[in-house]
Amino acid sequence: MPGNTGTRGLPHNRAMDVLFEASGLRKHYGDATVVDGVSFAIAPGECLGIIGPNGAGKTTTLRMCLGLTTPDGGAIHYQPPGGGPLLHMPQDALAIKAQIGVVTQFDSLDPDFSCEESLRVFGRYFGLGHHTMDERAPRLLEFAALTHKAQAKPGELSGGMRRRLSLARALVNAPRLLLLDEPTTGLDPQARHLMWERLQQLLQTGTSILLTTHFMDEAERLCTRLLVLDQGRTIAQGAPRALIAEHLEPEVVEVYGAGALGLAQEPALQALAARTEVSGDTVFFYTRAAHPLLDALLQRPHLRTLHRPANLEDLFLKLTGRQIREEA
Amino acid sequence: MPDMQPPRTPSPWRAPGLSLRWWPVFLRNLLVWRKLAIPSLVGNIAEPLMWLVAFGYGMGALVGEVQVGGDGGARVPYILFLASGSICMSAMNAASFEALYSAFSRMDVQKTWDSILNTPVALDDVVLAEMLWAAFKALFTATAILAVMLALGISHSPKLFVAWAVLACAGLMFASIALIFNALARGYDFFTYYFTLVLTPMMFLSGVFFPREQLPPVMHALSGWLPLTHAVELVRPLFMDQWPAHPLRHGLGMAVTTAATYWIALALTRRRFAA
Repeated sequence: MPGNTGTRGLPHNRAMDVLFEASGLRKHYGDATVVDGVSFAIAPGECLGIIGPNGAGKTTTLRMCLGLTTPDGGAIHYQPPGGGPLLHMPQDALAIKAQIGVVTQFDSLDPDFSCEESLRVFGRYFGLGHHTMDERAPRLLEFAALTHKAQAKPGELSGGMRRRLSLARALVNAPRLLLLDEPTTGLDPQARHLMWERLQQLLQTGTSILLTTHFMDEAERLCTRLLVLDQGRTIAQGAPRALIAEHLEPEVVEVYGAGALGLAQEPALQALAARTEVSGDTVFFYTRAAHPLLDALLQRPHLRTLHRPANLEDLFLKLTGRQIREEA
Repeated sequence: MPDMQPPRTPSPWRAPGLSLRWWPVFLRNLLVWRKLAIPSLVGNIAEPLMWLVAFGYGMGALVGEVQVGGDGGARVPYILFLASGSICMSAMNAASFEALYSAFSRMDVQKTWDSILNTPVALDDVVLAEMLWAAFKALFTATAILAVMLALGISHSPKLFVAWAVLACAGLMFASIALIFNALARGYDFFTYYFTLVLTPMMFLSGVFFPREQLPPVMHALSGWLPLTHAVELVRPLFMDQWPAHPLRHGLGMAVTTAATYWIALALTRRRFAA
């Protein structure tokens, strides 16, 4: 084992708990720094979400975790459960990949194979033979709710089915860690809920998940911890509820309708909110106690109001700003 | 934090990795092809056979016999001359087509390579698998054409077994060359250039349709270095039940071309994927 890379450098309990760890990752292309000092660790059964606007460095981070992009700095380790020497990316890329599963953002299913064949062909890349796959393929198809489509090709499947087949395929090697790049982008609500339910099942059985997403409801529902990236840097991290409590007032009153924007300038209302924000034709009042504000707004019945608890989307917009990010 | 040493990006020109992990990738291509084998077989052998019939019997009636190997060389019926050259051309085309259009589909369009790279299979294994697979397709095509030629009684030489092995090597060589262009391609259009500007001229300069001795001296000398020339110079005598005049020169030429172009193709593919 090269140098000081063993578990000795880590506090004892942490070394026991960490399955996958990235520290100080950096990557630049030419003059552009895409990832700048990103660190995180994932424990068994934990779901870590990476959120951030387009171009924040999410995909590059995932690619570095898979050894597809070589970082300019930092280190990535995988600790095989049940002991065994620490594995390093990218030197031990194949040994690490044997224990992880990947669902990419865009489907890469073979158009010529049925669902069942897809799983068997994929299993072979992991060295899994007929006997193993005879037993695993039906279980995976059942898990993906695709038993009735075992002989169908991807072209005959809906978007949600294709995603679930991608998930089933990523599970052929019974991975300890799943890497999911925007797993539910483009799915309808039913398909998303089914996907979430399956991912929850995996988490409960001790599989770890590292996922990127643009959906704050997805991040809040699935992730034990979040890493908020912007322009390659970690700008916040922690449990979703804790992050919201740390950065935001607990309640939000949204006001929209004709003349709503003028409210943001009214001192009387401003005094009732801790913070006021304008986006489009809506005013957001962030407050610790919404009732005085709501009472004041009753004087203006032509305006529409929405009173709700602060959520992850508010946090995300507060941290990364409301302006549109162009595709990186 | 331990180990903050930045990992160095390995050179794309490092030695090719060789392992048996190419096999599941090769098998994947075989499984897909098995579903389309019959139509693809018809396509693969119908065209070369049309060339053979049209040129061999049509032109052959006009040309009669051709002298191979310059003055004092043996005289052979044109159909035999053409058959032995065109089977090399068919192997070349089959390998090139597979390593360009089909490999590009898997690499870029279907993202098959990307999904494989998320498993314990390395890029080197994928490229090796594609090379061997394209060579296999070339050999399959050549075998089918050889069977038809045997049935037509064009040659019955026992040395055809050796020719068959040479055709397999030609498949490896042209697959490796084509993978260079695959690694550089931004789209399918690029391959048209390769076919019209590289393969078609080579077809005319390598002695497939007429003896290279007909070429002007400079062209003749240059054509001796073409990959297809090596294959034709080895295969043709074997069709005529003779041993090649320069087995070492052409055998070595094929081996060096294959190894060098495979290495280049792999390095360029690594660079493409290193982004």
